[in-house]
Amino acid sequence: MSADTIAVRSDEPKRAPAWQWLAGLGAALVAWGLVYSQLIPASEWLVSLLPVARTSHLGEALAFFFYDTPKVLLLLTLIVFAMGVVRSYFSPEKTRALLAGKREGLGNVMAAGLGVLTPFCSCSAVPLFIGFVSAGIPLGVTFSFLIAAPMVNEVALGLLFGLVGWKVAITYLGFGLGVAIVAGWVIGRLKLEGWLQDWVKDIHAGDAMVIPDEQLTFVDRIRLGIEAVKDIVGRVWIWIIAGIAAGALIHGYVPTDLMVKIMGADAWWSVPAAVLIGIPMYTNAAGVIPIVEALLGKGAALGTTLAFMMSVIALSLPEMIILRKVLTLRLIAVFVGVVGTGILAVGFIFNMLFH
Amino acid sequence: MKEVKVLGPGCKRCEATEMMVKNAASKLGIDVKVEKVTDYAEIAKFGIASTPGIVIDGKVVHAGGLPKEDALETWLQG
Repeated sequence: MSADTIAVRSDEPKRAPAWQWLAGLGAALVAWGLVYSQLIPASEWLVSLLPVARTSHLGEALAFFFYDTPKVLLLLTLIVFAMGVVRSYFSPEKTRALLAGKREGLGNVMAAGLGVLTPFCSCSAVPLFIGFVSAGIPLGVTFSFLIAAPMVNEVALGLLFGLVGWKVAITYLGFGLGVAIVAGWVIGRLKLEGWLQDWVKDIHAGDAMVIPDEQLTFVDRIRLGIEAVKDIVGRVWIWIIAGIAAGALIHGYVPTDLMVKIMGADAWWSVPAAVLIGIPMYTNAAGVIPIVEALLGKGAALGTTLAFMMSVIALSLPEMIILRKVLTLRLIAVFVGVVGTGILAVGFIFNMLFH
Repeated sequence: MKEVKVLGPGCKRCEATEMMVKNAASKLGIDVKVEKVTDYAEIAKFGIASTPGIVIDGKVVHAGGLPKEDALETWLQG
């Protein structure tokens, strides 16, 4: 996120009354719908202005790009806003209070679910990890949260829903939660508490705080939604455009039969290959989903594609480097191994089910 | 003199929070000493699980995300 995306408000004018906020919100939604309904004609018109044959490879790629870029940005804005409002009802401190004292098993399920709903940014991953573990939440339950939070987020679900369809989005939600729950449970069974960095084990955290609610009004929650849009969309738009450009190239240039051969359901080795390729790739959900859309459109198998997507998002090197401060290398290796195995299983199961 | 601690590993949000504290204090004419706490172990001792956090005279008043401007002023005056 760049410095200018966070507006430090000072000398703020007197707040508008709630009804004005509601009217403004309604007007914005109507405008959103109008713009969204005009995307196909607008993109076709743009391509027709260029000296490119519409049916050529380049024409296909450009039409994909001109249509998808505003579509993805519009969808993302709406989804991030809605989730910003929903998330104002949750906080990591409340989640920790809910999880403290929960048994493994039920705790893993709750942690994965709360991972989707609790506001979480990767720069908070270490304080959150320490805050959870030092409050007595089992390591495996903490991992369920840390796996679900980035993997099954609102950006991933919303874009899958909008670009690929609700069936894939629901399936991704189910299996993403499944991987987080099972992987966390397995890590908990392995009893690896001793593999934390020494200084983490020595922390005697203060009493786990639950900050008294800051008495948010509905207008405050709308404002939090708008701030989430400024923050998240301001940060990920560049990834999205890069992702759509890659998707456009795939859409325009990669022959379908080649894709079926490499990423089709018959190529069993493509699932582990997709997971391995995904680890060093670092983008967030917003960047990878346009690629997923293009891959699926060219006949890539659903399981292989989902495995690729989960691997890119859930097993990212930068996050491991951040977690290295609290986890030993052995523990990180176990984490990658368990989560990677879960993703592999998802890939194979899907390719079998949707063959 | 109020002692304010801003807890956070040094992300943009934490810097923005520090600026907000300083702005609000000078607007209200309150004498504050602002200290940034970036060490993870130190942050953990305050019992929060999300950053940035704000501690005023030893009491945690906020954790996670930017504070609300009017809430911040209330805390500083309290």
